[in-house]
Amino acid sequence: MEEMTFHYSYIMIVILLVVGLYGMLAKRNLVKKVIGLNIFQSAIFLFFIKGAIKEGATVPVIDPELGVEAGLYFNPLPHVMILTAIVVGVAITGVAMALLLTIYRHYGSLDEHRIMERMSK
Amino acid sequence: MIQNLPILIPISLILFAFLSAFLGVMRFRLSQSVALLGALISLVMAVFGLNHVLQEGAISYHLGGWPPPEGIEFVLDHLSAFMVLVITLVGFILLIFPTRPGFLMDEQRGVPLYAMVLMLIAGLCGVVLSGDLFNLYVFLEIASLSTYALVSLGSGRAAFSSFRYLIMATIGGSFYLLGVGFIYFSVGTLNMADILQHLPAVYDSPAVIGGAVLIVAGIALKMALFPLHTWLPDAHSYAPPIVAAFLAAVQIEVSAYVIIRFLLDVFTPELMTATVPLTTVIGWASAAGIIVASVIAIAQTDFKRMLAYSTVGQVAYIGLGIGLANPLGIVGALLHIMAHALMKSCLFLIAGGVYHKTGIKNINDYKGLGRRMPWTMAAFTVSALAMIGIPPTAGFFSKWYLLLGSFDQSNWVFVGVILGSSLLNAVYFFRLIEKVFAPSEDKVEKGADSRGELSWRMLLPIILFAAGILVVGALNVFIVDRFLMPIVAGF
Repeated sequence: MEEMTFHYSYIMIVILLVVGLYGMLAKRNLVKKVIGLNIFQSAIFLFFIKGAIKEGATVPVIDPELGVEAGLYFNPLPHVMILTAIVVGVAITGVAMALLLTIYRHYGSLDEHRIMERMSK
Repeated sequence: MIQNLPILIPISLILFAFLSAFLGVMRFRLSQSVALLGALISLVMAVFGLNHVLQEGAISYHLGGWPPPEGIEFVLDHLSAFMVLVITLVGFILLIFPTRPGFLMDEQRGVPLYAMVLMLIAGLCGVVLSGDLFNLYVFLEIASLSTYALVSLGSGRAAFSSFRYLIMATIGGSFYLLGVGFIYFSVGTLNMADILQHLPAVYDSPAVIGGAVLIVAGIALKMALFPLHTWLPDAHSYAPPIVAAFLAAVQIEVSAYVIIRFLLDVFTPELMTATVPLTTVIGWASAAGIIVASVIAIAQTDFKRMLAYSTVGQVAYIGLGIGLANPLGIVGALLHIMAHALMKSCLFLIAGGVYHKTGIKNINDYKGLGRRMPWTMAAFTVSALAMIGIPPTAGFFSKWYLLLGSFDQSNWVFVGVILGSSLLNAVYFFRLIEKVFAPSEDKVEKGADSRGELSWRMLLPIILFAAGILVVGALNVFIVDRFLMPIVAGF
């Protein structure tokens, strides 16, 4: 049971990954695809943040009382990496939105099937 | 100075990208000249870098003065020096091509076309030079982001196919990031050289195996390895000609580079062949891809679409070399990266130039163009021969090494696939060449401006690429011995 409480966050992450992937691949609405993409990426971000956590450790700012023992602090590197990855994710979302705007102006719809219909005309 | 080369190449390209964007607001012409200058400078640096690496060995640059494994490392070794040279050379020659036929749009002030192209080259150089898994991801996404924007500039369905490409490539990038997470939490480091040292201790751990599978799957998606290629034909055929050339010639192949780098220097062949049969899967998927893509390519009538399907097949040759996982296979794959970069750029530029001049898109309408555009069609013939793999061209020698690699492993199916696909290509391209040089019987000309050769600025890059195909073919022994053999020396 203890095992479960420590690892349940991984189960959440897997669920989020699957939800995101489903949104990207199965949803017809293009905006929902972008939302799925964001959920998928967030799950990966959470995975990294979860990996940085150690039991009984604290935030990675050196506390004079605790000294410089590495085991007493969370690993700060994943946080820094994910900060960069979030920036990358925001840029991708921005470009995706710009593309959606072009698509909407061109076809008057964001529904994949309807766009395909209008394309084949 | 020379010690800083690994970082100077991407940084100077990014700097020139900004400069090109700002100057482009004032005058469009200025932005192209600045981009050309930036690409030339990076090309010169790449040549210097390769020369230095060949004489004195790899250069390692520590970002911010932090030594690896804690700090981020940029490495210019044999493999990255070769790749940077290919990227900057192809990039520079492609940038000579004029804007209107190249991007299918008028020269407008403020459209940062060339800035995006420079960011693409910078991102690709960064991927190749990075010695750090996460840094590689960031540069991979920088390169991808500029291609989404560039693809959407194309005609018709371009925006929609760019969106699809964005979704698929982001899934690929995210898988890669997830795999990096698995590896990082298993060995506690992101530096490639450091991982190589620590990984053998945990080869059997499910996390490492899962990470390796995720990384290879993600990159294979970006590389459009069969059967994950579904996004490629649309994105490449609707993109403007220069962009399509960039995508097919360098972007796809940098993904192939990532797999080769992981195979040689991060995971080592033991993990990728013995513990998990990753290379075997890549090899067989590629073998199937070569045949399927060649057959589909033959059925196409739109020239650019045909080239896009042929890219799937040609990338699969690189995948086949990786799948062989022996020195000759990797040499063949690397040589094919160079050969394919030259011949596919040449063909896409010809497609763009011919479309601009005559409005012809369909291959069947190329009839009799040999008379009207002797130089362009001579270049077309050279690159078509290279696509088939006829001896004096570069395309023959890369296939030759792939064949030798297959013989080495007595993998007769791969031998059959390489020979069979060459025959398929031969049937097809010979028919095309015959058509181009046959006297045209119908006098009906398409479009108003349908006579005469392309302008010299269109012709120059096309001729340079065609000459490059022949030069690489003639110098193949030199290139393999000096540049490529050291890469696989420790294999």
